[in-house]
Amino acid sequence: MAPPRDLFHKRRPIFTCSRPAAPFPPPGEGPSWGRMSGPESSIVQFANVGLRYGTDREVLSDVSFTLYPGSFYFLTGASGAGKTSLLKLLYLAQRPSRGIISMFGEDVITAERRALPEFRRRIGVVFQDFRLVPHLSAYDNVALPLRISGMSEGKLEKPVTDMLEWVGLSHRVDARPETLSGGEQQRVAIARAVIARPEILVADEPTGNVDPEMAVKLLRLFEALNRLGTTVVVATHDVHLLRKVPDSLIMRLDKGRLSDPTGALRYPPRREQRAEA
Amino acid sequence: MSAPSPIRKGAPRFGDSARMMQHGRIAGPMPWVIAIMIALTVMAATAGLALANVAGGARAEIAGGLTVQVVEAAPLERNRQAERALSWFANREDVASVRRVPDDELAALIEPWLGELGTGAEDGGVPVPALIDVRLSGPVTAARLEQMRQGLARQAPAARIDAQASWLAPVFDAIRSLQLLAVGLIVLLAATSAAAVWLSARSALGANRETIETIHHLGGTDGQIAAIFQRQIAFDAALGGAAGLLLGLAAVFVLGQQFADLGSGLVAGGGLGAADWVLVGAIPLVGMVLAVITARYTVISALRRML
Ligand SMILES: Nc1ncnc2c1ncn2[C@@H]1O[C@H](COP(=O)(O)OP(=O)(O)OP(=O)(O)O)[C@@H](O)[C@H]1O
Ligand SMILES: [Mg+2]
Repeated sequence: MAPPRDLFHKRRPIFTCSRPAAPFPPPGEGPSWGRMSGPESSIVQFANVGLRYGTDREVLSDVSFTLYPGSFYFLTGASGAGKTSLLKLLYLAQRPSRGIISMFGEDVITAERRALPEFRRRIGVVFQDFRLVPHLSAYDNVALPLRISGMSEGKLEKPVTDMLEWVGLSHRVDARPETLSGGEQQRVAIARAVIARPEILVADEPTGNVDPEMAVKLLRLFEALNRLGTTVVVATHDVHLLRKVPDSLIMRLDKGRLSDPTGALRYPPRREQRAEA
Repeated sequence: MSAPSPIRKGAPRFGDSARMMQHGRIAGPMPWVIAIMIALTVMAATAGLALANVAGGARAEIAGGLTVQVVEAAPLERNRQAERALSWFANREDVASVRRVPDDELAALIEPWLGELGTGAEDGGVPVPALIDVRLSGPVTAARLEQMRQGLARQAPAARIDAQASWLAPVFDAIRSLQLLAVGLIVLLAATSAAAVWLSARSALGANRETIETIHHLGGTDGQIAAIFQRQIAFDAALGGAAGLLLGLAAVFVLGQQFADLGSGLVAGGGLGAADWVLVGAIPLVGMVLAVITARYTVISALRRML
């Protein structure tokens, strides 16, 4: 069952660009790309990005890619390959050591610090370690992004309740995170990430702690959000998951270097090869 | 609005409640520290204000005061000169009042020191100078005093004039020092309170670090996060400030009673006026503002270190 459209509360205009109905046009329709006039229609651009923690070796090297609005990406790679590090750059928790990152058409590296919260509100994040606020109930955790954006209590009650129902936690709304199982915590984390209908959703191993059935259900949630225009990036090493989202594109990290097995990250993307991924 | 749901009950508005932060973290000893600081500040401030009133009252009272002594051993000559000095003063326009201190009053004044002996030089007692209290309109200046000395010397060569203010100069100096001490104490107390709030905000920041990071990553602004701390500290400061004010006033009241029992005229001038009480009442409010500003500064400067 697909989640209802109005599950995602906010109806503000998503990052605008002349996007085809499907994330990408079918092969052979090359000329139609003329409408998406190159990188400026992208929502995220990395150019020669490198990241090192302290004085260690680089954990990410020469990472360059472009994400297009409304697309669904999987980020795969072995443990320690740098997936979380790359996502941290994406959700503005980390500055790169070198390279250029632009999001929503703006250079976020030179952006003023006080401009960043506004960017962050347009990005939903499912942290690998959930990061639920320990003394807040499931309800309050999910409501957090809406409260941060200043929504009134009366307005946020219904979307939060609906979202908790969708992730199967109606009976646990008042539970604190410590009393929730790993999978339940993960679902709260996901509900919190998608509730404000972000323009970019970044999820780090979002299905690591749930059973396969729930994993598929949560993927449906991401897909529904994706259909509303959100660009989704899901880091996972569960290869089975990749097949569950037919229109997805794959980014692969190998020891901090990005490979592009499907050509999805190039411009224009080579979509016809993704079946072999 | 729809019927209240159990979920909504007590749900905190963003930053509206201590529940955003680990409860009781910033609280702890904070209200107590603030209470003690405010109580001490109230005491120092009331002492400073009372001293100011004492000094002001005394100064006004003696500002135009002159004491004239006719130091003459022969009683008849002493009386003659005293009368002439009296009429000389009485005829001047810049003299508000002039009064000879009667002999029996004088005797009563010096009796504790000289005993019965002091009274009446006629019967072999110690000769006591005649004393005249003069109140000028306007303060006594050195030039005025000198001019009067010269004028009076022709009428009553045995007369000596002293400005009352000059006798009390050391007392005023002491009062001034005490006032400076009170101001210094208040400044020190404010600085110590700010340091205590700073430490407390820092520890609360540390204890809630993950929560703060999470709110930060979800797009919370520095101002929103600081507001959570500010509200908590404002609450603590209000609580502590009220308790401190009561404590301080109680101490001041007890001390005031004891000074009143002394019955000294000087101390009696040290009561606080309405404006003084307003000032004292404002101390907890100033403390609260100081605490909130300190907490905000601490939290914002710590947040600035995050991307
Ligand atoms: N804060 C940090 N300080 C120093 N090194 C770090 C830090 N975070 C990650 N690393 C290192 O960077 C490398 C990449 O880590 P990262 O967490 O990005 O991997 P990952 O692909 O997400 O792995 P996993 O699948 O296990 O989550 C690892 O070698 C890790 O040890
Ligand atoms: Mg990881």
